[in-house]
Amino acid sequence: MEFLQSKKGLFIMGGLAGVVAAILAFSGNPTNMGICIACFIRDTAGAMQLHSASIVQYVRPEIIGMVLGSLIISLMTKEYRSTAGSSPMVRFVLGVIIMIGSLLFLGCPLRMVLRMAGGDLNAYVALVGFVLGVGTGVLALKKGFTLGRAHETQKVNGMVMPALLAGILVLSLVATTLFVTSTEGPGSLSAPIIVSLIGGLVFGAIAQKSRMCFAGSLRDVFLMKNFDLLSVIGGVFVVMLIYNAMTGGLNIGFADQAVAHTDHLWNLLGMYIVGFAAVLAGGCPLRQLILTGQGSSDAAVTVVGMFAGAAICHNWGLASATTGTTEAGRIAGIICIIVLFYIGFVGAKRK
Amino acid sequence: MREIDARGLSCPEPLMLAHDAIAKNELPAKILVDEGFQKTNIEKMAKTSGKKTTVKECGTHFEVVVE
Repeated sequence: MEFLQSKKGLFIMGGLAGVVAAILAFSGNPTNMGICIACFIRDTAGAMQLHSASIVQYVRPEIIGMVLGSLIISLMTKEYRSTAGSSPMVRFVLGVIIMIGSLLFLGCPLRMVLRMAGGDLNAYVALVGFVLGVGTGVLALKKGFTLGRAHETQKVNGMVMPALLAGILVLSLVATTLFVTSTEGPGSLSAPIIVSLIGGLVFGAIAQKSRMCFAGSLRDVFLMKNFDLLSVIGGVFVVMLIYNAMTGGLNIGFADQAVAHTDHLWNLLGMYIVGFAAVLAGGCPLRQLILTGQGSSDAAVTVVGMFAGAAICHNWGLASATTGTTEAGRIAGIICIIVLFYIGFVGAKRK
Repeated sequence: MREIDARGLSCPEPLMLAHDAIAKNELPAKILVDEGFQKTNIEKMAKTSGKKTTVKECGTHFEVVVE
C-alpha cells in the first residue's frame, strides 16, 4: 500500500484514471469530454429539467458512479465518516461559483486537462487562469482564511447525497419519462449506461485512494513544494495524450475545438474563478464528489450548489457556447470574482 | 509539548498548521486530525523535512507527534 502513495504509485493511479477516461471517450462520450464533473452535473441537472438547454440534458451515470465508488471504497477502508458543519451556506455559494466559472470556460479542471491532452490550446490559456486562481486561494489561506471545523454528525447524514444520486440513477432506468435526454449536441453523446456507471465507480475509487485533486495538486506545490498530487494529474494527462495521438484525436490549435470557444480572456478568467473557489472549498469539483462519498455533508452541499449553479447558468444565459461567452456570463463572472475576494480575504478568517 | 487541534478542518489547513510548526521549529508538536489522508499527508511532509513521526489512533481521531 505504501507504494501507491509514492510519487510513482500516484502517477500510475492517475494513469489508470486516464485509461477510464479514454474508455469512456472511446465508448461514445463527447470529444474531449470523456469525463467532466461540471459538464456532467450540468447534463444531469438538465435531464431533471432544472434547466431546459436542449443540447445538454442527460442523466450521467459517471457522476453517480464516482460518488458511490468513493463511498464503497471508504467504507471498505474504514475512512468513511459522516461529518458536517463547516460553513455549509458559504460552500453552497462556492459550488454555484465553481459552476459559473466552469461554464464560462466550458469544463471543470478535469476536462481542462483532457482538452490540453487533445491539443486544445484554449485549455492552456485556461490553465494559466487556473494557476493564478489557485495562487490567489493559497494567498487567502496564508492570510488566515478558514471555513471552520466540521463535526461528526448522525450517520444517516453522510448517506443522504449518495442515496439521492442512486435514486436518480434508478429512476432514470425505470421511469424514463421523468427525465429529458438530448437528441442532439453533447447531451446526446454518451457511452452505454453500464460502461458509464462502471467507469464512474472505478474512477471514483481511484480518485478516493489517490486523493486526486486538480486544485490541491497545484496548491500543494505553491504551499509546500510538494509534487505528489501533481503526479496523479500527470498520469491522467499522459494517458489521454497517448490515447488522442493513437486515435487521431490530437488537434493542436485554438480554432475548431470540440465544445470550446476562443474568448481568451474569459477562458482564463473562467478557470481563475474555478481555481480560486476550489481552494476555498477545499478541493476541485471532482474532489467534492469524492468527499461526498466519504460522508462529508459539507462537500455534498457544494455539489448541490453546483447543480443549482448549472440551472442558473443555463436559465439566465450565463453559460458560454462554442460561439463564445455571453454578456450576462461576463457580468456574472465579475460578480463571482468580487464575492470570492470577499469570502477569501474578509468574510472567513481564523480567530 | 505544543498541541495543535486540526480536527474537522478542511484540506489543506491541518497540513499548513503542521508545516508552520516545523518551519518555526516548535517541536515536538502533537497534531490532532480526524481523517486518514490528513494523517498520511502530515507523516509524508514531516518525513521530507527530516522529522520523525509517531502516530496514535485515539477512537475517532489520530494523534501525530512530530519531533
